[in-house]
Amino acid sequence: MALLKINNLVKSYKEAGGILKGVSLDVHKGEVIVILGPSGCGKSTLLRCINGLESIQGGEILLDGEVISNRKNDMHLIRQKIGMVFQSYDLFPNLTVLKNILLGPVKAQKRDKAEVTAQAEKLLERVGLLDRKDSYPRQLSGGQKQRVAIVRALCMNPEILLFDEVTAALDPEMVREVLDVMMDLAKEGRTMLIVTHQLEFARAVADRIVFIDEGVIVEEAKPEEFFTNPKTERAKKFLDAFKFEKRVTYAEMI
Amino acid sequence: MDSSEILNALSTAFSVLFKGKNFVRLLGGLGVTIWIAALSVALSLVLGFLFGIVMNIKNRAVKVVCGIYLEFMRIMPQMVLLFLAYFGITHVFGISISGEAASIIVFTLWGTAEMGDLVRGALQSIPLHQYESGRAIGLTERQIFFYIIIPQTVKRLVPLSMNLITRMIKTTSLVVFVGVIEVVKIGQQIIEANRLTIPTASIAVYGLIFFMYFIVCWPLSLAADKIEKKQKM
Repeated sequence: MALLKINNLVKSYKEAGGILKGVSLDVHKGEVIVILGPSGCGKSTLLRCINGLESIQGGEILLDGEVISNRKNDMHLIRQKIGMVFQSYDLFPNLTVLKNILLGPVKAQKRDKAEVTAQAEKLLERVGLLDRKDSYPRQLSGGQKQRVAIVRALCMNPEILLFDEVTAALDPEMVREVLDVMMDLAKEGRTMLIVTHQLEFARAVADRIVFIDEGVIVEEAKPEEFFTNPKTERAKKFLDAFKFEKRVTYAEMI
Repeated sequence: MDSSEILNALSTAFSVLFKGKNFVRLLGGLGVTIWIAALSVALSLVLGFLFGIVMNIKNRAVKVVCGIYLEFMRIMPQMVLLFLAYFGITHVFGISISGEAASIIVFTLWGTAEMGDLVRGALQSIPLHQYESGRAIGLTERQIFFYIIIPQTVKRLVPLSMNLITRMIKTTSLVVFVGVIEVVKIGQQIIEANRLTIPTASIAVYGLIFFMYFIVCWPLSLAADKIEKKQKM
């Protein structure tokens, strides 16, 4: 049985109209899925719907066979099973790195502080930031903040991790350190749903590529297949936008 | 007048401060000012914080009521409010309240409105993604509010409320009009009493009062500046 099951999901706004027009997707345990698509196609909205940050207007989302969409009072309990990292590295500026990480496990999950601290320190060490545990977010670089945000999500022991363009706001030099951490998690067998524009990374990390355009899944394929031989015209066009042909130099012309 | 004459006149003027218990009386008056200001400020900070939270409730009726209250408190000169409280309450309810009580009521009502508006602004300036990342780690709305939003709001409020506190301390000088004997009133009494012997007393008395207000308010301004600079880093 799929860990996460999305059935015919519809998301629409009064003003903007339909964002997602019937999306169905199964995510199995340990699977890494990369969602690609042009800006505004609804891929970020899809992640936000899964985490209950957006209400949905049709269809349903199931986690472990339990309907989790449009829950009212206990959405916070569902969210404890779903980790999410956002584009804007949004650590809490009033708390140190360690306290940022502890807040969810200790206050929301009511876990033992010593046990969570030990786990948090282990995770921080793994992303190379143990020495920064008492720093405040403003003292960190963008890449460091994003790595802390990943640890903060991990420390909740989520069943699935959602990454929403986590490198889009980073300096190019800091993208790598964050992607390395994500690659590491994928190798570890975590279930991940990743929205990104880093195509090379997508190709390397994904078990499956899901290509979305205008609110529907246009193509689903293994990464090798998707990148070398896309089935749909739309996907071809999308991939071509990232390709550049070498300019014929003046010297070659004569 | 040459310079020695000016010096002479000034030393006569300032001698009034050392006559009898004048200096101690002025200090006592300052005490009344500070007492009224401190109590009003303390009440305003607490009530204003709650008012600010209420103002952020997304409900039309609540918004309208809060808006009217805020505008009323802002538009009405504090002196009119003082008269309204002091004489109005006596006339309407037939209870006589002291000038101090009327002053504290008025300054608290005014301070609550101003503080509430600061809190509302500070709350609204917290970006949406702070709420969302709180939700993403499974916190309830209440936990998000107490662990994430309130601490950030308070931090933004400190320099702003320092300015409000300074303004409130200065405005307490109006309480003379409802018969409270505070520092300005005592100063006037001293000037009156010495009108014939030391007609220049006003410069010394008001000079000292200026200095007293300065000593009380300046540290607050300094602290506000310092905190603001520190937060920008």
